[in-house]
Amino acid sequence: MGIKVEHVSKDFEDFKALDDISLEVPDGSLTALLGPSGSGKSTLLRLIAGLEHADGGKVYLDGRDVTEMSVQERGIGFVFQHYAAFKHMTVRDNIAFGLAIRKTPKDKIRSRVKELIRLVQLNGMAHRYPSQLSGGQRQRMALARALAAEPKLLLLDEPFGALDAKVRKELREWLRKLHDEVHVTTIFVTHDQEEAMDVAEQIVVMNEGRIEQVGEPKELYEHPKTEFVMSFVGEVNRFGDALIRPHDLDLALFKSDGAEEAMIERVSHLGFEVRVELSMANGDHAWAQVTRAQAEELELEEGQIIFARPSRAKVFENGDGPPTAPTDELQVA
Amino acid sequence: MSGATAQAETLPRPAFRPRLGSALLSRGLVTTYLSIMVLIPIVALILKSFEGGLAGFWDAVTQPQSLEALRVTVFIALIVTVINCIVGTAIAWVLVRDEFPGKRLLNSLIDLPFALPTIVAGITLLALYGNDSPIGIDIAYTSTAVAMALLFVTLPFVVRAVQPTLIELDQDMEEAAASLGASSMTIFRKIVLPNLRPAILAGAALAFARAIGEFGSLVLLAGNTQIASIYIFAKIESGDTEGAAAVSVVLLVAAVVILLAIGRFARRGLPV
Repeated sequence: MGIKVEHVSKDFEDFKALDDISLEVPDGSLTALLGPSGSGKSTLLRLIAGLEHADGGKVYLDGRDVTEMSVQERGIGFVFQHYAAFKHMTVRDNIAFGLAIRKTPKDKIRSRVKELIRLVQLNGMAHRYPSQLSGGQRQRMALARALAAEPKLLLLDEPFGALDAKVRKELREWLRKLHDEVHVTTIFVTHDQEEAMDVAEQIVVMNEGRIEQVGEPKELYEHPKTEFVMSFVGEVNRFGDALIRPHDLDLALFKSDGAEEAMIERVSHLGFEVRVELSMANGDHAWAQVTRAQAEELELEEGQIIFARPSRAKVFENGDGPPTAPTDELQVA
Repeated sequence: MSGATAQAETLPRPAFRPRLGSALLSRGLVTTYLSIMVLIPIVALILKSFEGGLAGFWDAVTQPQSLEALRVTVFIALIVTVINCIVGTAIAWVLVRDEFPGKRLLNSLIDLPFALPTIVAGITLLALYGNDSPIGIDIAYTSTAVAMALLFVTLPFVVRAVQPTLIELDQDMEEAAASLGASSMTIFRKIVLPNLRPAILAGAALAFARAIGEFGSLVLLAGNTQIASIYIFAKIESGDTEGAAAVSVVLLVAAVVILLAIGRFARRGLPV
């Protein structure tokens, strides 16, 4: 189901949650709404679902104006951060709920529930209650429940936010695979840029109720349109007006053009990656990301003097005003 | 997902409970207290009821007036309890989910029946719905008046039992049900009500227990309506303490049976 949002605004008392948002999501895509808390991403998702009512603007699903339509009529699947499991029902009855209230024939419900339990890998747990499941299992149950009535649109509000890191990683990989299998248009909300880049085909970066940029993960990382996007989708160092990614800061033992002197404050070995915290000659702090091999070659250690040279930097005009295009992509090399 | 996932997602462990060797002490304390306050008086009551032997007990209980009093009392208490479940839940709902001016005042008014001496409630109701009722409703000395008085004194139970559960109720569940296509009515019936059921029934049990034993508010109102507590009082006044005890014991047994049934129903179909 293709989605179109046109000039949508939403206020909560004196807080502007959404400020004139327009967005298109193609049919069958997997899209992430990414932003910090309070950026309006969940509000936008709930508005598309029909769980919130817009103060202004229109929402179209499959070209149909659904702005005034209730959540019940929109035929969507919604997954909540804290599972929203029906505590008084078994896994089976949770999953069957959407079908049961539509008076679907019993044998049809039974076969559909069986199919979904297999899909979300809850085999043998049909008669358990949500309280007897782990967080990851509960969320998979919630997904099966949302998918039961075959919605054309699946909306997930921070679906993995309440899970621990390992389970989260496995579930998001699983969500991507599921999307390949089921092909339902999917939008999920997250504040975790890595999660968005890992799972989504298209990312919508939001900040303070506005959309900063829409694009594929690689595009956002390589060509951020605003300073906010650049600093939100990856780590950055600030050198005056320029923003530099830590892996774009080359370290050398000898001075070269464009290199600045720095003292190593700390070296953290994180496996393949080594983080080098630097104190620049002008007093600024920065950090560089190098490989283990590079760190060994340079024999990096605390207190050492080193020369840091940005291989790639970006300058944005006026970070305070409305988002503007970067004026220049400095290639210092 | 791989098999390793299932292992990684461990079930929540039961909460850690400190064992301070206090179990014996606290259990002893509870047993002693309950014995002094509840168990021994009940045993004394039962013994008293059998002072005239089994025949005397049977005689006292099977007197037509006794049977009538017990029947009417349990019947009215049950009706009052059912009304309380419905109205009490509705009031709790309004107090938790709605915003309106005067909500806090209304909330504190709910406990008023507890604070008022029940005989005052009886007099008030009599003045309002009695012979010279200012609003033209004369129901004094009827079972309707008894039910009204009982509704008044038992009002807080269901409201106060349901309120905290309703506050804690995860509203995401209701939104999830709505997203699955459930109407407001279906959401209430299939999601809200089952989750409130234990609280409603806990309040109902208290209300029923109170209604079955209520005396103060009824003593002026009941008139010819045979109410167990008043009947028992009359028996004591006429010196028939054994008979009073016998009727009390039957009332007690009826209360225990109904309370157990309510408790059973409250737990039915709940996750372990």
